[in-house]
Amino acid sequence: MPTPSRYWREIPQRYRLEAAKCKNCGYIAFPPRLVCPRCQSRAFETIILADAGKIVTYTIIRVPPQPFSDQAPYAVGIVELDDGVRLTGQIVDCAFEELKIGKKVKVEFRKVYEEGEAGVIYYGYKFVPA
Amino acid sequence: MREVAVIGVGMNKWGEHWEKSLRHIFTEAAILALDDAGVDKIDSLIVGCMSSGLFVGQEHLSSLLADYLGQVPVPAARVESACASGGLALRTGWIEVASGMSDVVLVGGVEKMTDVNGHEATYALGTAADQEYECYHGITFPGLYALIARAHMEKYGTTRQQLAMVAVKNHDNGSLNPLAQYPFKVSVEAVLNSVMVADPLRILDCSPITDGAAALILCPVETAKKLKKPVVKITASGMATDTIALSSRREITWIESTYQAAKRAYAMAGKKPEDIDVVEVHDCFTIAEICVMEALGLVEKGKGGKAVEDGLTSLHGKIPINTSGGLKAKGHPVGATGVAQAIEIVKQLREEAGPRQVKGARVGLTQNMGGSGGSSIVHIFERG
Ligand SMILES: [Zn+2]
Repeated sequence: MPTPSRYWREIPQRYRLEAAKCKNCGYIAFPPRLVCPRCQSRAFETIILADAGKIVTYTIIRVPPQPFSDQAPYAVGIVELDDGVRLTGQIVDCAFEELKIGKKVKVEFRKVYEEGEAGVIYYGYKFVPA
Repeated sequence: MREVAVIGVGMNKWGEHWEKSLRHIFTEAAILALDDAGVDKIDSLIVGCMSSGLFVGQEHLSSLLADYLGQVPVPAARVESACASGGLALRTGWIEVASGMSDVVLVGGVEKMTDVNGHEATYALGTAADQEYECYHGITFPGLYALIARAHMEKYGTTRQQLAMVAVKNHDNGSLNPLAQYPFKVSVEAVLNSVMVADPLRILDCSPITDGAAALILCPVETAKKLKKPVVKITASGMATDTIALSSRREITWIESTYQAAKRAYAMAGKKPEDIDVVEVHDCFTIAEICVMEALGLVEKGKGGKAVEDGLTSLHGKIPINTSGGLKAKGHPVGATGVAQAIEIVKQLREEAGPRQVKGARVGLTQNMGGSGGSSIVHIFERG
């Protein structure tokens, strides 16, 4: 379970999809980085990622990690957003048989998991059919 | 640099060893390696272990294991590159002997995985992926390889049957290896009817949770030549890194770190893929073996599934892969795996592999991989 500070510092990415765009070559780093992996530049500007894209690949998790025990089975995929950035996340509000590589999805802000009945609730992005 | 030889190998039976501790299973394997080499003193110890901290709550293995092996005050180091920690230990030990820093180095690998429950093991293994941007969303290791499998099937037409055939082949080989955790055969039907873990991967596509250790003794080739055993040289060590997040890679189905590590190793040894007689690869999941065969250049890109179906990689095929049973049947104590792969190749090149022997094997290769391909280590071995 993450500590509050560990959760809090990722909020700009998990709630708002803040990324860093290389001012030299245009590479988009998500999460943001200090060094561009493509050109080694250290100059970035903050941008917000696209909120739609398509499924690159997916699976259905039947044997989950403990914090996700009450959610299984659930779908997780890698989605390529319209700006070319790829994210891993759950694909929800979609019957498993409707899942397909290439399917259009959009990003929504959702609950990711929670620590029991009185514990912290963790939020972030998920994908839903467009 | 000096040429390096393997003069001793040691491995005990892998499985669930509730009666034995981490230090116990490591020391047993190390003693076997010392005895095989005929030495009782070493100059240095390198041990690969992924996560003794999470699995048994014990760090500082360097000193602990040197102590229990009766070798204090030798220098010792524990190295980590997730599931490639054993391969990294071998590479580190190889560098130490090649450089002239040490003459006799014990390279070991160990993981004690059954002191925790299934959820804790899943968590510990998950730390090889990106905690904040993969694990946070509920993905697991079978899940990450399932993402690769789905993409490979879509792109190249790899079939569910072909994935199953990897498990069937490795269990066929494993049934001939008495040290394997699961030394029995499985059928394609059994794989296809086993419990679904992460579609399209089922439980019999996955390597198991294992307690196990393995050890090697390295020394300069000049010293090895004075012994009465066949000389097995390590003629190349290649390593490469990649992003640990699968989503950050442009090609989901291509393991670039393995390709890069192999490229360096082939160049160092002056060998090509077609020169290799026997191979041990990191089949943590059936799809991994298919992707790795392609990245090593043993088959064309996208043709891995077909090659398995055609029997190319079986014990008596053109390019036998995982004669030991692989991670699938032999077991996968993560830190020990890379070292055990080297043991199988040494046995093959010494012609000591018994019913698993590949006739006339002179050149062997190991490929050990961390996470979903974030690191890869390739070694080439030759009979001297
Ligand atoms: Zn750049």
